[in-house]
Amino acid sequence: MATTVDGKTADFPTDRGPLNYLNCDRGILSWAFTLDHKRIGLMYLISIMASLGLGGLFAMLIRVELAHSGQQIVDENTYNQLFTLHGAIMVFLFILPGIPAALGNFVLPIMLGAKDVAFPRLNLASYHLWVIGALFFLLALVTGGLDTGWTLYVPYAFQTDTRVLTAGVGAFILGFSSIFTGINFVATIHTLRPPGMTWFKMPLFLWALYATAIIQVLATPVLGITLLLLAAELVLGIGIFDPTKGGDPILFQHFFWFYSHPAVYIMILPAMGIMSEVIPTFSRKHIFGYRFIAYSSVAIALLGFLVWGHHMFVSSQSSLASTIFSLLTFSVSIPSAIKVFNWLATMYKGSIALDTPMLYALSFILLFGIGGLTGLFLATLSTDVQLHDTYFVVAHFHYTMVGGTLIAFMAGLHYWWPKITGRMYNEFWGRLCSIGVFAGFNLTFFPQFVMGSRGMPRRYHDFPEKFEIFHFLSSIGAFLMGLAMLGVLIYLLYSLFKGRRAPANPWGSATLEWQCSSPPPKENFAETPSVSDPYDYDHIKYDPEKNCYYRVN
Amino acid sequence: MVDFAVGTLSDLSRMALLAQSDGGSFWLPPPESVSSWAVDNVFYYILYLSYFFFALIFAVLVLFVVRYRRRPGVEAVKTATHSTLLEAVWSLIPLGLVIIMFYAGFVGYVELRSPPEQAYEILVTARKWSWQFTYPDGTMATDLHVPVGEPVRLVMSSEDVIHSLSIPAFRVKMDVVPGRYTRTWFQAKQPGKFDLYCTEYCGTGHSDMLASVVVHQREAFDAWLVEAGDILGNSATPVEAGEKLFRLHGCGSCHSTDGTPRIGPTLKGIFGETHRFSDGSSLAVDENYVRQSINEPGAKIREGYKNQMPTYKGRLSNDEITALIQYLKSLDGG
Ligand code: HEC
Ligand SMILES: [Cu+2]
Ligand SMILES: [Cu+2]
Repeated sequence: MATTVDGKTADFPTDRGPLNYLNCDRGILSWAFTLDHKRIGLMYLISIMASLGLGGLFAMLIRVELAHSGQQIVDENTYNQLFTLHGAIMVFLFILPGIPAALGNFVLPIMLGAKDVAFPRLNLASYHLWVIGALFFLLALVTGGLDTGWTLYVPYAFQTDTRVLTAGVGAFILGFSSIFTGINFVATIHTLRPPGMTWFKMPLFLWALYATAIIQVLATPVLGITLLLLAAELVLGIGIFDPTKGGDPILFQHFFWFYSHPAVYIMILPAMGIMSEVIPTFSRKHIFGYRFIAYSSVAIALLGFLVWGHHMFVSSQSSLASTIFSLLTFSVSIPSAIKVFNWLATMYKGSIALDTPMLYALSFILLFGIGGLTGLFLATLSTDVQLHDTYFVVAHFHYTMVGGTLIAFMAGLHYWWPKITGRMYNEFWGRLCSIGVFAGFNLTFFPQFVMGSRGMPRRYHDFPEKFEIFHFLSSIGAFLMGLAMLGVLIYLLYSLFKGRRAPANPWGSATLEWQCSSPPPKENFAETPSVSDPYDYDHIKYDPEKNCYYRVN
Repeated sequence: MVDFAVGTLSDLSRMALLAQSDGGSFWLPPPESVSSWAVDNVFYYILYLSYFFFALIFAVLVLFVVRYRRRPGVEAVKTATHSTLLEAVWSLIPLGLVIIMFYAGFVGYVELRSPPEQAYEILVTARKWSWQFTYPDGTMATDLHVPVGEPVRLVMSSEDVIHSLSIPAFRVKMDVVPGRYTRTWFQAKQPGKFDLYCTEYCGTGHSDMLASVVVHQREAFDAWLVEAGDILGNSATPVEAGEKLFRLHGCGSCHSTDGTPRIGPTLKGIFGETHRFSDGSSLAVDENYVRQSINEPGAKIREGYKNQMPTYKGRLSNDEITALIQYLKSLDGG
């Protein structure tokens, strides 16, 4: 399908055919039971963005309540439900599946030049399970809510009369959804790489998804076991966690964090993968230190299993255990630091374009930098005693989960939006809102570091006067960030109808997904595309007339 | 809009000023215990490293974006795509720095976890949603009173869910877990009053589970202990004693005295009312019923409430219950 541009041969179609994956089959069933990874990815995308909206709404309500001391809009019990549901929805329905199941699903097979994932039916099952799990969450929400915090700590979870069991079933099902995605990605990357794409010629996003998938497959079963034991305790009273029956509530925390710490890397590794695609593309530079980045993904995935006890330094876990966990935790910090330096080095002497995805990528470097550096305070034994369960921790993990994962998700969303929808969004509004998100985010969470280290405990419905100013600033920031996110929603929706039609390769990327039309046809590629270095931009040239890039050989 | 921005900026500067007005730094409250160094030294070590690395990342990022911004006709320059030396350097330097971090944190942790041999021991009982401090002579209090300049060891347990005792000024935090005892210690540097928080989420009243730490000179502490020890003897009337007991035993975390229901019914003006119970029976409230409610709360469950009240049998003497009853009577509707 060679076309000619500028007198040179372009290797891939800049024009799309009449049929693509969006319009090739019609009817609701052709979506609900599709086996096409792109459709499944798109349904995931819509679903997780709806979850993001719901979780974000709860976040706004929380910040309104906390704008001043004293009760503003909700009482203690409602507030406790708000922060629990905010956390549970954001973690289980948005951040965990966000990048892998939505963007990953769409991009991974195309990046491999493949037609689909290895197990399309398993992929569909994963989405269906996600929906069922989400329905259980909603059921819990309308039948009495949940007020345990997303951590479900016992014995409080045994004593509350909110819907621990329903939400637990939901999380259990969502766990399987995640496992299915993981299995699929591992199998796909092992078996469907095209000829010529060796492990070290894979785009780094695939390395990141691969490392993530390993965690999904190995860690998530532990969440399942934990939830089963919790259910057995709730229903049968087996006495494993409940101190009144001779059980050990600290054991629950070990179980919980044995999953939930690695889960942190399910959230952040794919985000790092997006960085490793966006930064080289918009700098038109080969990624620096490919192997270090690839290895560090795997290193983080494996080391991430050995550090869960850093959540329990003041829990009455033995001091020896705490010491070992602290030491191991520092070992994970090094690979993360390496990545940041490598991304910066990639930009050196590049040709840096500040398009929306790149602005998010730069935000990511700064915010994740702060998130990582403040993590050092929490990994250190004695400082964690002061900071544990204060707003310092709240700020830290928002800098990594929002400043990291959400911002990277936004980078990826804007980067692949033309590919997914076939439309370009308005670049001016894109940039403006990304700056708004950055400013609002910092105003929301930076003051939380300060009040946290000064002692403000987390999960408080009310607070002493001396913390008033910090909370007030934080609420203003949240309002700003919410507004910017709303702007994103509006211009993205607008682009679906009025946006300029997207060329196959609007950014000048060298990975394979830009070699098929935007949006891609159902089978992605008519013939297996030829593989070359995913970060070599020498063959990708700009066509100013069509405002897009094409490939020359 | 401009007003709003200016307002926010002035709030930001106010934050910086306010944070230091209590004698602490921007980041930490003033160090009030002799072991504060265990936290503060390594905190500032990490803080300055963080400033340095963040400034470095920020500067390099801005520099690159400005210098190498895309310009027409200017292509990216090919540079090395990896450099083992460079990557080794920026792995090993942080590695060295975090090993120091780990060690300093470890040394501090050992200090925070090792009370001196002859510490003054206070038992801490946490329950939803109040603290109770019990002294060696049996005296109980809802605020933590301690002598200055002496090591104090807290031996803590919880009656219901996990709580956590946090005194930011002393750099103290330890979870209080049902079914086991946990310990922590501190030694106050000077007399004063400091905040004590519950930092493990424990339900409705979590953010009300506050107390004060009152640091006295030794003589003042002894005097306080004598006075606090004999509630009945040191109160002018049984009503006054009852009120103190009501606070001391945390009744107020479940019962209001102003008519609003909480976890439990309000205790305002209940005498003479007829109450219905979950088993269908009913009864007019009198002294005997109140006494039974305190000693065997499960015997009659007020309709619309759950059996959530702990028993006080053995914890309150006859005279104390009588005083409580007198106090409750004084709360009549009028
Ligand atoms: C953990 C919460 C809690 C605490 C602490 C608590 N109570 Fe209660 N109390 C309840 C609940 C719930 C009920 C209603 C259920 C029942 O009758 O047992 C109740 C019932 C009562 C009643 C009967 C009220 C009526 O209207 O019939 C009295 C009297 C009472 N409590 C007194 C006290 C006193 C005195 C204390 C402190 C020494 C105290 N309670 C501490 C939860 C609590
Ligand atoms: Cu962790
Ligand atoms: Cu609490």
